[in-house]
Amino acid sequence: MSDNYIHLPEKPKLNLRWLLLMAWRDSRRNRGKLALFISSIVLGIAALVAINSFSDNLSIDIERQAKSLIGADLVMAGNKPPEGEIATLIDSIGGERSDEVRFVSMVYFQASQGTRLVQVRALEGGFPYYGAIETEPAEASRSFRKGGRRALVDQTLLLQFNTKPGDSIRVGTMTFEIAGALHKIPGQSAVTATIAPAVYIPREYLEQTGLLQKGSRISYYYYFKLPANTDADKLVKKLEPRLDEEGINFDTVKSRQESTGRAYSDLASFLALVGFVALLLGCVGVASAVHVYIREKLATIGVLRCIGVSGKQAFLIYLFQVLVMGFIGATIGALLGSLIQLYLPQLFKAFLPVEVTVAVSWGAIAEGIGIGVLVSVLFALLPLLSIRNVSPIITLRSSVEHLTNQKDPLRLAVYSLILVFVLLFAYFQLGNWLRALGFTGGVVVGFIVLALIARGMMWLVKRFFPVNWGYVWRQSLANLYRPNNQTLLLTVSVGLGAALIATLVLMQRLLVSEVAISGSEHQPNLVLFDIQNAQKEGVVELTKAEGLPVQQLVPVVTMRLEEINGLTAADVRKDTTLGIPDWAFTREYRVTYRDTLIDSESEVEGKWTGTVNPDTEVIPISLEDRYAERLKAKLGDTLVFNVQGALMKTRVAHLREIDWNRVQSNFLVLFPKGVLEEAPQFHILMTRTQSDQQSAQFQRTLVQQFPNVSAIDLDLILQTLDEILSKISFVIRFMALFSITTGLLVLIGSVNISKFQRIQESVLLRTLGASRKQILTITAFEYLLLGALASGTGVILAVFASWALAVFSFEVNFVPELWPLLPVFLGITFLTVVIGIVNSRGILSRPPLEVLRREV
Amino acid sequence: MSTILDIQNLTKTYDSGDRHLTVLHEVNFALQAGDTCSIVGPSGSGKTTLLGLCAGLDRASSGSVILNGVKLDNMSEDERAQVRNMYVGFVFQNFQLIPTLTALENVMVPLELRGERNVQRQAQELLARVGLAERGDHYPTQLSGGEQQRVSIARAFSNRPTILFADEPTGNLDEETGTRVEQLLFDLNKEAGTTLVLVTHDLELAEKTNRIIRIKGGHIVSDEVTALIKNQEL
Repeated sequence: MSDNYIHLPEKPKLNLRWLLLMAWRDSRRNRGKLALFISSIVLGIAALVAINSFSDNLSIDIERQAKSLIGADLVMAGNKPPEGEIATLIDSIGGERSDEVRFVSMVYFQASQGTRLVQVRALEGGFPYYGAIETEPAEASRSFRKGGRRALVDQTLLLQFNTKPGDSIRVGTMTFEIAGALHKIPGQSAVTATIAPAVYIPREYLEQTGLLQKGSRISYYYYFKLPANTDADKLVKKLEPRLDEEGINFDTVKSRQESTGRAYSDLASFLALVGFVALLLGCVGVASAVHVYIREKLATIGVLRCIGVSGKQAFLIYLFQVLVMGFIGATIGALLGSLIQLYLPQLFKAFLPVEVTVAVSWGAIAEGIGIGVLVSVLFALLPLLSIRNVSPIITLRSSVEHLTNQKDPLRLAVYSLILVFVLLFAYFQLGNWLRALGFTGGVVVGFIVLALIARGMMWLVKRFFPVNWGYVWRQSLANLYRPNNQTLLLTVSVGLGAALIATLVLMQRLLVSEVAISGSEHQPNLVLFDIQNAQKEGVVELTKAEGLPVQQLVPVVTMRLEEINGLTAADVRKDTTLGIPDWAFTREYRVTYRDTLIDSESEVEGKWTGTVNPDTEVIPISLEDRYAERLKAKLGDTLVFNVQGALMKTRVAHLREIDWNRVQSNFLVLFPKGVLEEAPQFHILMTRTQSDQQSAQFQRTLVQQFPNVSAIDLDLILQTLDEILSKISFVIRFMALFSITTGLLVLIGSVNISKFQRIQESVLLRTLGASRKQILTITAFEYLLLGALASGTGVILAVFASWALAVFSFEVNFVPELWPLLPVFLGITFLTVVIGIVNSRGILSRPPLEVLRREV
Repeated sequence: MSTILDIQNLTKTYDSGDRHLTVLHEVNFALQAGDTCSIVGPSGSGKTTLLGLCAGLDRASSGSVILNGVKLDNMSEDERAQVRNMYVGFVFQNFQLIPTLTALENVMVPLELRGERNVQRQAQELLARVGLAERGDHYPTQLSGGEQQRVSIARAFSNRPTILFADEPTGNLDEETGTRVEQLLFDLNKEAGTTLVLVTHDLELAEKTNRIIRIKGGHIVSDEVTALIKNQEL
C-alpha cells in the first residue's frame, strides 16, 4: 500500500466458510438457470463414462476369456504345407494338436441351387481346447468330426440360401450333409463372419474335394494345447527364428489378448474422442450460460463490492457455484453414462470377439466426474474472471461500463489451459502426440471457422441490411447482430454437431461409392480365379456359351522372394537399419507376365521391353512404384525369386504406378514374356454379368463343371462392404448423437437464457400493437436463419473434413455425393426452428403485463 | 473534532474517444466527525459522481480523497473495498439489496465480512431497530419499497461506520414512507454518532442536515451552514 495517512490493518483472511455460505445463499433463487448450465455437460460426460466403463469391462472380459479368444494355448499358421522342416518343427512342440487347412472356394447349396464364395476350413482334432464352436444343434460342433461327410455352415449362409441342417452342400467335388448352423467360432466377431463366412468340413475329406490345386492360396493352421508346465510365450520365443525362417506366424493367448485389447482400445479411444467433442460443445454452452448468468449478477456483485467484498472473494463465490454445478452435472452425466453402458455391448456386438459383461466402473465414473468438473470450471473461468473487475460504481450508475476494459493476462492463461487440457486428453486417448495435436488442431480450427463464419454473417447482415424489406423480416435479421445475440453460440454448437453427422454420412457414402464406381459401366463385375492350365479353354468356352464376355484372362504364377541385392531374409532381420520389411520375404507373390502395360498402369521410371531370353540376360522385371519404395528397391537392383523351387535372378528394369481402384488384375511384380510360360500357374478370368440371375446361373454352372474355380461377385462385395460400414456408422452415429443432442440442449439453454431480453422486446412490440403472428414470424425466421447458418456451415466443414479424411487417411479419390447432406441440413435447421419456437411459446401466448409480472 | 472526510482539488474527467468531459472541477471540502451534510444540485451537476469518489467507489482523475485518515488515491480496488467495509455505510435510492439473500442475511453480510461473532443476533437487533424484526426471513421482492429501504439502512449501520453515504434515500418512496425512513436515518445516525453525507434533490430533506454543499456544472457554488445549525448557534 502506498502513501497512506493511516495504514490499513492487515487484510482479513479469505473466510472460506463464509464464501461457501454466500455461494449457497446466492444460488438459492437461481437454480433453474444453473440447471441449464448442468444440462450442457451431462451428455458429454455420459458419453465418456459410457465408453470408458465399457472399455474397462471389455479389458476385464478379454482377460477373463483370453484363452477362448484363440481356443488354444498356441496357434501357428503358414502358407506352406507341413512337410520337411516345417513338419519336424510342428511335431517337436508336443501337447495336443489340431490341424486346420483354410482356403477360399465356391460352395454349392443344393436345396436352393445357389453358389457362394466361402472360407473352407478343414479341421482335424479337438479344437477348440478353450471356449466352444457354437452351433445349432449344439452337439453338431463335435459330431461333424466323428466320421461321415458332414459340414458346419455359417448361419448367415444358411439364411441367405434358405438351407437348413440336414440339407446338402457341395464343396469341390464332394457333397456334405449340413450338420449344424455355425453361430460362433472362438475369437471371431460377427463382422469377420460377414466378410468371410466359414464352412467347416472334416480334414480327412479335404483331398477328395479336389480343391488343393497347385498355386491355390492355402493356409495351414496348427492349434496346440500345451502341457500344463509349458509356457507358450517362452516356447515361441525360443522357436521364433526358425518360425520366421519358415514364414510361420504364431499367436499365444497373451499376444492375442494384447492385440485384441489394442484393437478395441483404439475403437474406444476414437469413440471417447467423439464423446469428448460433445463435452467440448457442452462447455461452449457452459461458458455462454455463465456469461449470461454473470451479466445478470452484476448488480449483486456491485453491491457486494460496495460493502467491502474484494474482487477475489466475489470471484470465488461464483466459482464455487460453478464448481458445485459442474460436479452435479458431471455426476448426473456419470450416472447416465453408466446406464447407457448397459446398451453398449448390444451396440458393439457385431465387432466383439468376447462376451462383454456389464459392471459399474468406478474408475470411469471418477474420471468422468473429474473431467466434467475440470472442463466446466475451465470454460466458466472465461466469463468468471471478469467478476474481479466489476466496479462498485454500478450501484450508483447502472448505465456505466460495468467492467474495466483492461486486458486480463489470466484470460490468456485460461485459454492456454483449455488447449493444454484438450491436448492432454487427446494424447491419453490416442497415445500419440502427433495425432493428439491433429485432434486439438482440428477442434480449434472447427471452432474458429464456425466462429468466423458467424461473425462474418453478422457483419454481412449489418453491412448489407435490406432496408426495403418488411418490418418482420428486418427485425428477424437485426436479431442476428443485436447485443446479446445468439448467432455465435448457436453457429458453433449446432454447427459442430452438424459437421460431425454430415462427415459420417459423407464418408460412408464415399467409401461405398469408391467401390461402386470401380464396378460401374463396362468394367468387370465377376472375377474367376484358380483356373488351372487344363481348365483354361473350358472356362473360356463356358463363359462365352453363357453369353458373357471374356474381358481379361491373365496367367498367375506364385513365388517367393529370396534375395534383394544379395541380402536374404536372415540378413535383413539381423540388420534392421536396412529398413526392408520382413513381409517382403515371407509373403507369397502372385505374379503375371506380359509384354505390354494395361489401362490401369502407367510408367514411372525405366522402359518396359516386355520380352526376354532368360538364357542370355538377367530377367528384367517391373515393380509397382510404392511397393519398390517399401522394399527400398530402385532401378538396376537385383531380386532373386523362388518360383516353386526354381531360383530366378531378376533385375528391376521398370517401375509402374497402378490405379488400384479399377477392377483389373493388378500385380506388384510383372515379369516379361518368355520366362514363366512353363511354370506351374493358374489363371484369372474377368467378365461382366448383366443381372444377379445371370451371375447366379453362371456361377452355378461353373461350380458344377469346375468345382475348384472360385468366383468373386463384386456386387456381393459391395453389399458386404455396405453392411459393415452401416454397422460401423451406426456406432459412430450413436456417439455423434451425443454431440447433436448437446448442441440442441445448448440451443434450448441459450434460448432460455436470452428469454428475459426477448420478453422485454416482445412485450414492447406487443404493447406497440404487434400481433402474435408477427412475433411468431420474427422468432421463426430468426431461428430459421440461425439454424440454416449453423447446419450449413457444419455441412461445409464436413465436406472439408471428409476431403481431408479421404485424401490423407483413406487415400481414395474425393468424389462426394452431396445430396445425402440435404436431409442433414434440413433436419437440423428444422429442429432449431422448432426448439426456438417451442421455447418462445410462453412469451407469445400470454398478455404482456402478465408476462412482465411473472418474468421480470 | 477530527476530520473524517477531506476532499482536496478533486477532479473527475471521463474520456470518450477524443472527447474529454470534466464532471467535477477541483472540488475541496472537509467534514468533521458527527457532521451531517447534504450535497444538492440539479441533474447532471456531478453530485452522484462526487459521492462515488468520496466513498471510494470510483477513482478520481486528480486530487485526493482522505477518508478517516486513509488516503484512497493510489489504493487498489480491493484495498478500497477493505476501507469501505471498515469505515463506510451506504444507503441507495434503489435500495440495492441482494435479491438472493433474505433481509436478515442482507444485514449480516457486512458483519460476516469483518469476521465478527454473534452476527445473526446483531443483525436481528438492527432489524428490530428499524421495525422489521418479523421480516428477517423475507426476500427483498417480498418486501415493500419502504421496508426494503429500512433493511438497507439496517445494513448500512451494521458495520458501525464512521461515515454514511446516502444517495437520494427517499427518492423511490412515497412521501409518508419517505418521511418515516428519513426519521429513522437521522435517528440512527445520531445514536451512532456517524458522519452523514446525503445526496438529494429534496431541499427540505437537505435542510435537516447541518451543512449544504451546492454543486453546479461540477463546481461547488455554495457551502453553507443550514438554519438548523444557525438556530442551534443562536
